[in-house]
Amino acid sequence: MEIIMSILAGILFSAGVYLLLQRQLLKIVFGTALLSHGAHLLILTMGKLNRGAPPILEEGIKDYTDPLPQALILTSIVISFGVTSFLLVLAYRAYRTNKTDNMEQLRGSDHD
Amino acid sequence: MQYAVLAPFLTALVVPFLFRYIRAIHTGWLILPIPFGIFTYFLSQLTNISEGHNQHSMVQWVPSLGMNFSFYLDGLSLLFSLLISGIGTLVVLYSIFYLDKNEKLHNFYVFLYIFMGAMLGVVLSDNIYALYLFWELTSISSFLLIGYWYERQASRYGALKSMIITVLGGLSMLGGLILLSIITGTTSIREMIAASDTVLESPYFTGILVLILLGAFTKSAQFPFHIWLPDAMEAPTPVSAFLHSATMVKAGIYLTARLFLLFGGTDIFFVLVTGFGLLTLCWGSYMAVRQTDLKAILAFSTISQLGMIMTMLGFGTKEAAFAAVFHIFNHATFKGSLFMVAGIVDHETGTRDIRRLGGLMTLMPISATLAFFGAFSMAGVPLPIFNGFLSKEMFFKTSLDLETTSTLAASIAPFVPALAVFGSIFTFVYSMYFFFHTFTGKTRGELKVKPHEAPIGMLISPIVLVLFVIIVGLLPNMINEPILTPATAAIYGELPDKHIVFWHGFFEPALYMSMIVVALGVILFLTRTKWQSVYNWIPGVLSANKTYDYLYNMQFRVSEKTTRTYMTGSIRHYMLYILIFIIGATGVTLFVTDGFVIDTSDLAPISWPEVAVGLVMAIAAIATILMKNRIAAILVLGIVGYGLSLLFVFFRAPDLALTQLIVETVTVALFLLCFYHLPKLDTKKQPVGAKTLNIIVSVSVGVLVTLVAIASHSSKKFETIAHYFIEESHHLGGGNNVVNVILVDMRGLDTLFEITVLGLAALGIYAMIRLRDKEEME
Repeated sequence: MEIIMSILAGILFSAGVYLLLQRQLLKIVFGTALLSHGAHLLILTMGKLNRGAPPILEEGIKDYTDPLPQALILTSIVISFGVTSFLLVLAYRAYRTNKTDNMEQLRGSDHD
Repeated sequence: MQYAVLAPFLTALVVPFLFRYIRAIHTGWLILPIPFGIFTYFLSQLTNISEGHNQHSMVQWVPSLGMNFSFYLDGLSLLFSLLISGIGTLVVLYSIFYLDKNEKLHNFYVFLYIFMGAMLGVVLSDNIYALYLFWELTSISSFLLIGYWYERQASRYGALKSMIITVLGGLSMLGGLILLSIITGTTSIREMIAASDTVLESPYFTGILVLILLGAFTKSAQFPFHIWLPDAMEAPTPVSAFLHSATMVKAGIYLTARLFLLFGGTDIFFVLVTGFGLLTLCWGSYMAVRQTDLKAILAFSTISQLGMIMTMLGFGTKEAAFAAVFHIFNHATFKGSLFMVAGIVDHETGTRDIRRLGGLMTLMPISATLAFFGAFSMAGVPLPIFNGFLSKEMFFKTSLDLETTSTLAASIAPFVPALAVFGSIFTFVYSMYFFFHTFTGKTRGELKVKPHEAPIGMLISPIVLVLFVIIVGLLPNMINEPILTPATAAIYGELPDKHIVFWHGFFEPALYMSMIVVALGVILFLTRTKWQSVYNWIPGVLSANKTYDYLYNMQFRVSEKTTRTYMTGSIRHYMLYILIFIIGATGVTLFVTDGFVIDTSDLAPISWPEVAVGLVMAIAAIATILMKNRIAAILVLGIVGYGLSLLFVFFRAPDLALTQLIVETVTVALFLLCFYHLPKLDTKKQPVGAKTLNIIVSVSVGVLVTLVAIASHSSKKFETIAHYFIEESHHLGGGNNVVNVILVDMRGLDTLFEITVLGLAALGIYAMIRLRDKEEME
């Protein structure tokens, strides 16, 4: 199972990186969203999958899944959400100000 | 002794105040006693030193790194200190009459006194770091002095050029000195000389020698680094006389002489020092004849004379060391006076162009007399009143004696006297040219001012120097015992048994060489106009100046071109650099270190619902790329997020699933909210090449992530600490939801800052939307 999930994370990374290399700011934002999904999946996978019950203590259960990666991912989800929404508004502002969100046109001039 | 070095620096500190508050008196008068005081101090040391009592004093600086202001006074440094302070006094005196009270005197004297202190520091320092510090201070103050009239373009060009070349050499010298101190384990020059054997056996010997000589050659204007000196003539004439003839350009000579005991006598030292010295001697004197500016003639003459001194140091014999010391002294006297005369001519006629000068003998008889002694001494005319002749005769003699020395020197010995004579012939020609063209014949061209004799104050300094020329010429042994002998002893390590005699005897070959020089020199001087065109052939395109300018401009072009090539301004290119580096570095490391392992023993069993969800997510992720419609792209992206939260459910992470679900919903809502204001998706196709590269890079990143994930999963080295959280969650945290206990209790700090991030993002978004809108409305 872990190998399959690693491959899935790899695919998410590939798609995210490909989007990062596009010209349009919106696509780049999509790319970052995909990258963070990939990273979260990867963290979970590295903590080993399907070992025991969900980490909520109950009488009589001995085996639980690793709670630490879950806590890490939870933090990460919130942070990447903050960054993604910030980027999105940034893209919106950039478009409003410059009338384009094509990165090739947003290079700036040589002497500034 | 340290106060002698410190005094000029302190003077430089108070000069601006003197200039500001005492306007009635020329600032130069107020500070003239300083160099004179230093001069008398060093004079008082003469007997001590000639009796062999060398002085030593030390001020601690950074003792833990072996950096100290450690000063050492022996014959060699005494000779230089006397030259620096003595000529310094004369130059300050001369400058009082040369520079008007309305000039920027505060700048001038500050720079000059910094230079004087630095130069004294160079010749007195025994510690290599102190030596280097003072060495660079001379470069900097020389830069400031050359650029004194900074509103002139030529001054700035000359200053920059001298700075670049001398600092380049200075840095390489620092490298050599550091290597030396690593090998010998000391930072003191005397201790290095004592450990000479270690250095000679070291495999770095050649490297050290080349690095240090590079410093010496650039400072002392040896071929091909001589090009900065003629351009440094843009400095005020007192500066040219002081720095660029008598003192700073001899710093390289001093360094070579100082380290003679360390390097001298080896074949490579002989080849480098003598070889470049001879080249410089011949090239400098040859080029000097071509110049039309008085100071340019003197600049090339200085180059040539420095080459001659270098050559003698390279010979490596005791007689040659003595002759070198003698010529250092003589050159400082006659060249200093010649520069001052050139300055007087410039001052009193308004031009330094030799083509417009002439017939000044009757108008300026004193200057003419001074120039006569200076120029004839420089030419080495065989009369007992010119000190230049004595040292030049010694030069010829030592060059003839080379045959009897070490093997390599002996094998090329026959060529050396021939080249020496060649250089001397041209020396004779330009000296005659300098004197006769300026002071005899008729005036050529109209002069701006009616020439007249200079004020007496301006004449004092060159008169004093010329008196030295004559006295030393007549009674050379007067300075032999107190100055020259201890200096030679400091260079060569043993006392010379030398009594200077005028004319070595009628049957000495050296005398015939002098005769040849005079005879051929006279012929060449008289037929000068006929062979002048030879300068169109050589240097022609070989000029070192053109090479310098070419290199100087090329480095700008090349660096600009390089920068333009990779700094394209395109974020895609920068992304590519980063990603390709990651792929390369990680991939290579993974396989070079055999990091990739697969261990299937510890895997969870495959369950099909999860695989199905994963498949859907993969398809959706790829579909996000291919979508041409905004809403479709957003929704497909949403599928990936919801799929992930489903996976979280399957993998027993309820909190994650919950959060992911909410966040994904909010994100999708945000995207949908925004999309109306955002442009349509760019459907224009990228060029095939760029697209292929994108695919290759992104697939490689994905593959690499997968491989790293599998490899790290397969090589788990330590047990997880999960059991601690699970065991202690209820006991310490008082909660049953372990994930939540970790978040708020065990690792609460993470959560605090995650909240901060969210708050900052919200503030940022608010600021971006509100504040810009206001701006637009206004």
